Amino acid sequence: MMQTHPKKKLEIIIEAPLLNRLLDKLERLNVSGYTVVPAIAGKGSGGAWREGQLTQAGHMVMVICITSEERVPEVLKPVYDVLARHIGIVTVSDVQVIRADHF
Amino acid sequence: MTSFFALASQNILSPMVLFFGLGLLAAFARSDLSIPESIAKIMALYLLLAIGFKGGASMSGVGFDPRLVAALGLGVILSFSIPLAGYALLRLTTGLSKIDAAAVAAHYGSISIVTFVAGTQAVSSLGFSFEPWIVAVAAVMEFPAILTALWLASRAGEAKHQTEGAELFREIAFNGSIVMLVGSFLIGWITGKPGLDIVNPFIGDPFRGVLCLFLLDMGIVAGRGLRQGAGELEWTTIAFGIYMPMAIALLTAVLVLPLDLSVGGHALFVILAASASYIAVPAAMRVALPEAKPAIYLTMSLGVTFPFNLTLGIPAYLMLVQALKG
Repeated sequence: MMQTHPKKKLEIIIEAPLLNRLLDKLERLNVSGYTVVPAIAGKGSGGAWREGQLTQAGHMVMVICITSEERVPEVLKPVYDVLARHIGIVTVSDVQVIRADHF
Repeated sequence: MTSFFALASQNILSPMVLFFGLGLLAAFARSDLSIPESIAKIMALYLLLAIGFKGGASMSGVGFDPRLVAALGLGVILSFSIPLAGYALLRLTTGLSKIDAAAVAAHYGSISIVTFVAGTQAVSSLGFSFEPWIVAVAAVMEFPAILTALWLASRAGEAKHQTEGAELFREIAFNGSIVMLVGSFLIGWITGKPGLDIVNPFIGDPFRGVLCLFLLDMGIVAGRGLRQGAGELEWTTIAFGIYMPMAIALLTAVLVLPLDLSVGGHALFVILAASASYIAVPAAMRVALPEAKPAIYLTMSLGVTFPFNLTLGIPAYLMLVQALKG
């Protein structure tokens, strides 16, 4: 069986107008990488939303970032600073990766 | 002078407005009719390119018009000050919180370029010409209102902390639609008539067809927004979405008189001031005033004021300007 390595996965669902601010923070933290995924529709405490409007307001995107367990607190703090007043969800979960040196 | 009903029915029975109605109907009937978002964005860029380029190209070779500077100045003052009046009215007549009132007021100080584009079509189809530089007024009226709303919110002590000012200002001032509109205007100005001859097959005749398709999409989006957001609004708030543009139109129509613009140009200035933003301002509000509820301000500008202006507002403002200018 191929060997895997434990890492932490951060999934950040954030309002589209704030995406660049979040990505700037991640860049400054020198995370090894991230992936931005479009979200289509949803509902939460801020009400329902869906893509398809011309304005970015009301759009959400998801940012996925994998990092080591030791780095989670230092990454979460600035992420929270961006999100604090806004609609959004941050989750941290355990994942296994194949190429440990990539993260 | 044509009667209001004749003007209004001519406007409502234009293909553009009927396609908007079709979109509304489709949304209310929960039809699966939809236009992919990326195509809607391309159409919006196309409309900005066409309207900016044509305006710039018509300026080329024409001597400088000093009324342009006065019009730009008046546009900026209106955009800064309309939210103050809007905020006061909303606080007096509706149950909106200070932060929601500030956010809604910002939308009414800023402008809707699609209402302006529809206005140019209505004005032209009735045989009126307009000053080509009026499109530049649209560009300067987009963002001052946002600054007023932020000031109102911080004065009310409800903006919990200031978002990074310089970054936000850059985003507002250089948002995609302003860059596209001003850029196309300048390119049109630089390349003039020969430039227009080159791109005219693209931005000339197809323009109205694209506008129909775009307004169909706007109808769908506005209808969906109304369906989801109408429950959030009190009737006094909905009424604001109708009387506020009319009050702004009346004020602007009088203030623009000393500029001595053509009937078409004067009416377009009024249409700009009476329109409410639903692209740039909502995005800026999400960044700067996240505590304000988007269901309120988006439903107001896109679901109430935009359909009103598109159907009855534009002919009413045109009629008002005709009456004022004798």
